[in-house]
Amino acid sequence: MTAQTEAELETETETMTVREAIRQALREELDRDEDVYLMGEDIGLFGGVLEVTGDLYEEFGEERVRDTPISEAGFMGAATGAAATGTRPVVELMFSDFAGVSMEQIMNQMAKMRYMFGGKAEMPVTVRTTEGGGMGAASQHSGTIHTWIGHFPGLKAVTPGTAAAAKGLTKAAIRSDDPVFVFENKMIYEQKGAVPTDEEFTVPIGEAAVEREGEDATVVATQRLVGESLQTAESLAGDVDTEVIDARSLYPLDTETIVESVRKTGRLIVADESPLSYGTHAEIVARVQEEAFFSLDAPIQRVGTPDTHVPFSPPLEQEVLPDGDDVREAIERVT
Amino acid sequence: MGEINLQTPEGRAEALRRMLTIRAFDSEAGDRFADGEIPGFVHLYIGEEAVGVGTCAALEDDDYIASTHRGHGHCIAKGLDPKYMMAELYGKAEGYCNGKGGSMHIADVDAGMLGANGIVGAGPPLATGAALSIDYQDRDQVAVGFLGDGAVAQGQVHEAINLAATWDLPAIFVVENNQYGEATPVDKQHNVDNLSDTAQAHDIPGLTVDGMDVTAVAEAIGEARARARNGDGPTLVEAETYRYRGHYEGDEEPYRDDEEIERWQDRDPIESFRDRLIDRGELTAEEFDELEAEIEAEIEAAVEYAQEADEPMPDEAYDDMFAETPPEIERFATAARTDGGERTASSRSSSEPRSDGGRPGGDRR
Repeated sequence: MTAQTEAELETETETMTVREAIRQALREELDRDEDVYLMGEDIGLFGGVLEVTGDLYEEFGEERVRDTPISEAGFMGAATGAAATGTRPVVELMFSDFAGVSMEQIMNQMAKMRYMFGGKAEMPVTVRTTEGGGMGAASQHSGTIHTWIGHFPGLKAVTPGTAAAAKGLTKAAIRSDDPVFVFENKMIYEQKGAVPTDEEFTVPIGEAAVEREGEDATVVATQRLVGESLQTAESLAGDVDTEVIDARSLYPLDTETIVESVRKTGRLIVADESPLSYGTHAEIVARVQEEAFFSLDAPIQRVGTPDTHVPFSPPLEQEVLPDGDDVREAIERVT
Repeated sequence: MGEINLQTPEGRAEALRRMLTIRAFDSEAGDRFADGEIPGFVHLYIGEEAVGVGTCAALEDDDYIASTHRGHGHCIAKGLDPKYMMAELYGKAEGYCNGKGGSMHIADVDAGMLGANGIVGAGPPLATGAALSIDYQDRDQVAVGFLGDGAVAQGQVHEAINLAATWDLPAIFVVENNQYGEATPVDKQHNVDNLSDTAQAHDIPGLTVDGMDVTAVAEAIGEARARARNGDGPTLVEAETYRYRGHYEGDEEPYRDDEEIERWQDRDPIESFRDRLIDRGELTAEEFDELEAEIEAEIEAAVEYAQEADEPMPDEAYDDMFAETPPEIERFATAARTDGGERTASSRSSSEPRSDGGRPGGDRR
């Protein structure tokens, strides 16, 4: 168990959904720092299509909860310029699939300015965006792009799997002087969990959390698959004692916690909703085999989307999306 | 207005000095690139001096500009030091970006310079963002986004203008119409007669000015600045100018002829301004020659400084990625520090002490 998890348990908590946890994080940071403001499509008056910003517009006004035109390149670039000039914008990119139209500003400006300018630019920008399938939203509203962002130098990427992580990482992202993308899986907005109420509670970017301790196999999971893996672990209890880690942060990645766990269990399953090839799974697998190759007792298993787009029809969507059953099968293959 | 008030003789002298500095800097940069001393690409601003200087003359020192790939002139117009600029072109540690940006990315955010930019059309969204910070914090500044005629075809430029217009942000968009988008003439890239016509789509003022006349540019930007500060939103100013050199150094320019170049050179922005100052009795031909010689010497000294400046140390390749360096990068930095104690290639001997004195950003390291 990491120090952070212990700290989390010591503080007072309240049970709330992931959506409420993120909204609470936004509210607290808006209260704490006047330089922080939110911008995005329909996040103000309307409260956001995924209802995350809710009533923050009524609470903080249109200057601090700003509705933007539907122009991702324009407002992603404006957030970049604004971050470099003394304010701390928090951008909502409605669906992560829409990053495509703003990728120039993300990859060539936001990610590179500090470096290309020899450190003479600050980039305290947070981008919140939704990912994942499961609601029949078809291929252009169900994708996962955290691998792109984690892969691109100069950007940090976090993927909370619990309500507490969602709140703590959102707050840490807003307080960070680096560009941080917070990837919210839309199927867990209603998932409830114990969330620390201390306004200074944050989850350090770059620290994983051991959500369940076990001796026989390690599952490193992200987002929705954290909860599904925990349920699977419980259902297997007695046969297989499974350790479940919420990676929480993909870049930087807490290699140490993952490697330590694999040294104990000897078996690794990586469960992440992104496409299987060349991605997040591969990175975690590579690091583990670099540092704990001789601790492995079985081949590493990957659970993810099988290099397809997410289809519309519910039976097709169910077919391609990874879930707890896939995690169970992967555990059973190696134990 | 800042340091260059064109209403005063001192301001006019300073405008002349900056235009001459740009020309001398870029002439020298072109020569040194041809000699193989400067890596990468360089895009020279010669012929367009009145636009950068005229614009910055109408700005206060703490206003922001976001530049283009042809950014040397904007940097000098904004008051950046040619010495550290040249060091950056040479990829030296003493350069504005510690050798990580080069010609296309010279920046000094503290001086209001949000960077030259290697992506056509990428600067205007950054200027809109700077204007957003200004507006949000109610500061007495404006932000200028420079773009070339080619960038007018870029979608993100119009998104940036639309956002600034919708939010009444204190932004100014300056289209430097130098007649060519890389190698293609402007009339083969756009269907409008004047590029400033595109302002109509955003219901903001758009005007076309003589970009060979520093005074005309400064007047237009001065009015745009007043509008912006009055809360009336952005203005689009098209400055008609001409690029004497190719798109990049080494460009063989099969797309135009000498006659066209000569026609524009007849209206040279520096010579015409010089003649005006002489007519007004503010300058003599001898004084001009002296000024020109003085500036050429200054630029030669900048080249010497750049040539002599230190190469970056190998481990500096891992600096400046993030405010907090993650372990993923730190391990490479540590390895480089362990086995890479010497400067590379043309550097001075590693025993010589490194001079960080007076270097831009030196205290931030």
